[in-house]
Amino acid sequence: MDRLLKILFFAFIVRPIVFVVLGLNLRGKQNLPLQGPAMIAANHNSHLDTLVLMSLYPLSKLHKVRPVAAADYFLKNRFLAWFALSCIGIIPISRAGRQRKAELFAGCHQALDQGDILILFPEGSRGNPEELSEIKRGIYHIVHDRIDTRVTPVMMHGLGRALPRGEALLVPFNCDVIIGNELPEAETGEQLVNEIKAAFLELQKYCITCRQA
Amino acid sequence: MLDIPPHSFYAMLVVLGLLLTATTCRLILARSKPEKDYTELRQRIQSWWWMIGILFVCLVISPTAAIILFAFISFLALKEFFSIVPTRQADRRVLFWAYVSIPIQYYLVSIGWYGMFIIFIPVYVFLLLPMRMVLIGETKGFIHSAGTIHWAVMLTVFCISHIAYLLVLPIENPEAGSIGLVIFLLFMTQFNDVCQYIWGKLLGKHKIIPKVSPNKTWEGFLGGVLTIALVSGFLGPYLTPLTFRFSVMAGLLISVSGFIGDVVISSLKRDLEIKDSGTLIPGHGGILDRCDSLIFTSPLFFHFLYYVNY
Repeated sequence: MDRLLKILFFAFIVRPIVFVVLGLNLRGKQNLPLQGPAMIAANHNSHLDTLVLMSLYPLSKLHKVRPVAAADYFLKNRFLAWFALSCIGIIPISRAGRQRKAELFAGCHQALDQGDILILFPEGSRGNPEELSEIKRGIYHIVHDRIDTRVTPVMMHGLGRALPRGEALLVPFNCDVIIGNELPEAETGEQLVNEIKAAFLELQKYCITCRQA
Repeated sequence: MLDIPPHSFYAMLVVLGLLLTATTCRLILARSKPEKDYTELRQRIQSWWWMIGILFVCLVISPTAAIILFAFISFLALKEFFSIVPTRQADRRVLFWAYVSIPIQYYLVSIGWYGMFIIFIPVYVFLLLPMRMVLIGETKGFIHSAGTIHWAVMLTVFCISHIAYLLVLPIENPEAGSIGLVIFLLFMTQFNDVCQYIWGKLLGKHKIIPKVSPNKTWEGFLGGVLTIALVSGFLGPYLTPLTFRFSVMAGLLISVSGFIGDVVISSLKRDLEIKDSGTLIPGHGGILDRCDSLIFTSPLFFHFLYYVNY
């Protein structure tokens, strides 16, 4: 039931918005991991980021694509919780930091175990539009003891102009989506953070919408 | 059901015939030299099939369908423009109003209100957008922004909407109808690009504007202008109400302004240090890459025709 709902929601609402109202300058599509378990690490500027990344997948694969999202934000009321869990299929994660690591990432591991593709925004929150914020280490704690899961970096640009944080009016813009090669396995959290940061900066060079006034 | 005027119908068949020839040539080429990579050529021709297919289907359905198509092309072009050219985060709401000008402009086209069609963007939108910017109150970069936004709307909405207005002009050549005018303009503009390219490849020596487009030469430009003037002279009386003499002049106008449109959009991309304005049309780039010449040829051809015949 949820799977059907998700397919309908994406086919009739999200995809028309992403591909017609917005529009993507997509590069490196062949790097997109189609088989799980896998992890996508993307930069975060807008709520649209998740929807754009999920739209890159065929509708039949949609239920395998799971964004990792803040529980305090997306579960704060019943409607939003229903929407986030049923229409999008998020894996809620607590940002409060009081839980033990194993407990905190249990949902992620469970999803990866069943071959899902996780979308994670290592910057944590959306931050200022079109600016890279500091990359957090949480991602390392998920992948470091999993030999089956590699991280694919994705750089997006333009969505922070189309729908920035705190705005309700969607203004059409083309957006860059640049998908990089899988990152090599990292020994430490710091190494992974640096690799992701380097990948973002490298991929940013292919963006054509980033000349800001 | 489909009452396409005969001359336009034959013109469409010829264009489809040309496409078929292009596809056949590519297939022969790919077979004779299997080691070479023809991906880009294939994409280019395939995209042509799509673009011409969509255009012809809309033209055949009804003028309204074609007007909606051109409105949509304006939307894609304006969106692409705003995406690559720097705009301030503060101007989001101004850009939103710039988008709103598209349905209004094309509505004016559809009801054939010429007086309003011709001043809506140069007067009303021109004065309204800076007003909206003032209400936001960000003065840093104001001049730059006001200029950029209005230039964008003029190029992508005002200029392109002239193609659509050809469809609502009173019909003066019933053999070709209003579809004939659109096919004539689009075909001559694209054929001009091809001719200038071919003449440039064959004879090109003296660079015309090396700083903007190092591949453009005087030989290519002049060869294109002469070819287009001649072809236009013979095609014009068939597809438009223009006589031979005026058709030659229309050809000169399309050829010269097509060249200018091409290099103006090239300069814009050079300024931004990008090669293509988007990735919407495989093998061609973005919509602005494809419509660059058309942005300049449409209003100039339209007003020439309007002055001579209406």
